[in-house]
Amino acid sequence: MSLLNEFRFIRPETTAQAVTALAGSTDTRVLCGGTDLLPNLRRGLVSPGALVDVSRLESLQQISWEDDRLTLGAAITLEELANEPRLNRHFPALVKAILSVAGPSHRAAASLGGNLCQDTRCIFYNQSDWWRRSNDYCLKYRGELCHVMPKGDRCYATYHGDIAPVLMALGAQIDIIGPGGSRRLPLDGLYQENGSHHLSLEPGELVSTIILPRHVQWHSGYEKVRVRDAIDFPLAGVAAALRREGDTLAQLRLVVTGTNSIPIRVDLSQLEGGTWSDEAAEEMAKAIRKAVNVLKTTVTGPKYRRRVVMAMAKRLVSQLWQQAA
Amino acid sequence: MKKQLISLRVNGRDREDAVADNMLLVDYLRDQLGLTGTKQGCDGGECGACTVLVDGRPRLACCTLVQSVDGCSVETVESLSHNGRLSALQQAFHEKLGTQCGFCTPGMLMASEALLRQNPDPDVDAIKGALAGNLCRCTGYVKIIESVQSAATNREIAP
Repeated sequence: MSLLNEFRFIRPETTAQAVTALAGSTDTRVLCGGTDLLPNLRRGLVSPGALVDVSRLESLQQISWEDDRLTLGAAITLEELANEPRLNRHFPALVKAILSVAGPSHRAAASLGGNLCQDTRCIFYNQSDWWRRSNDYCLKYRGELCHVMPKGDRCYATYHGDIAPVLMALGAQIDIIGPGGSRRLPLDGLYQENGSHHLSLEPGELVSTIILPRHVQWHSGYEKVRVRDAIDFPLAGVAAALRREGDTLAQLRLVVTGTNSIPIRVDLSQLEGGTWSDEAAEEMAKAIRKAVNVLKTTVTGPKYRRRVVMAMAKRLVSQLWQQAA
Repeated sequence: MKKQLISLRVNGRDREDAVADNMLLVDYLRDQLGLTGTKQGCDGGECGACTVLVDGRPRLACCTLVQSVDGCSVETVESLSHNGRLSALQQAFHEKLGTQCGFCTPGMLMASEALLRQNPDPDVDAIKGALAGNLCRCTGYVKIIESVQSAATNREIAP
């Protein structure tokens, strides 16, 4: 009757127990809200032997405000985060990104860590089993060929998370816990450019904490386009954070989602120290065109997505530049 | 398949059930408890037909393992009416033609119920936001929004 493969459901009482359960077997997966994992299980895209439910671990639920940083537990739900009054005051771009994730019934379950670790997506992958079988399985699952890039040597499925680009633009770090203890790294380090292995997590590891520096003079924002405006993954999204000193663009960070297998950071250091102008915007667009690798992984064609990323980035940075005046 | 015992409250009644680890909440409600009001639509979290309340918040029963609601309170569309009388929200959907083919209605009702409990006087944007995850292929949504607005007004009048 149930369409799901058999697996064991494990609810650990401590993070140490969770790590032990995860490290015990390579086909054990972390479960939190389940809004990304369970649809994939239903479609037979993953068949774990066991799921470790970390959603009730108290140590992963903490929110702590300090003078120089905000620390967020990875199992906090997106709904709880969006309702945290201080978050909107200090990180409005983050709240905007959170509220643009799916619908309210997803956000009541989905966790921050789960959103960061969500699977990559592709029109040849997020399909029913019979669809994929009749089309020949793709490289990300059982197949030998990436249908998006048949001559490529890897899977080109794209990362479509909304929150990671904003956190990266804000300079977030994460703590990863695992059998070897805990390690801290910039959020950028969680991702690697390979659609079928886009997370750098070792077996038994999970993201436990997200640490955000509290910058006062930064202005940040997030824009996305999607097919279904009420709830949808971004066809492409842009997060930006900038610091303005008089007429000088002191610092500018830009991260694009929905185009590569990772949320991709665009190096714009050549613009820093200058001012924001039409020429600077053109130069930024060129840098974006060079950094992103838009392929036919969504229902909308690459040409549109490439152009819309550049248009959104120009609009967003111009807005932030005005705001910062 | 190994089963584990869970205890939860469904529509106000405490229960203990042995359920398989891989059982989804929607299958538990429909097949094990016979509460077929909750509908199974897209199976992927895109349509909202399976929306139920877990501890008062809207959740998708097709993307939720029943093991993960152990100890929680689950409410389905069957909990809304009392002694055969429709709730103000159901009555409003009936009178304002918020339901046509009816397949999305249980999900629409539960998502609206969650909204009205938190915000008894929502404006149109709040209603649209709360129902963002619920698809309807018949009404064009206009009549559904009117229904929720009408229910909000009637709930205020009701004692």
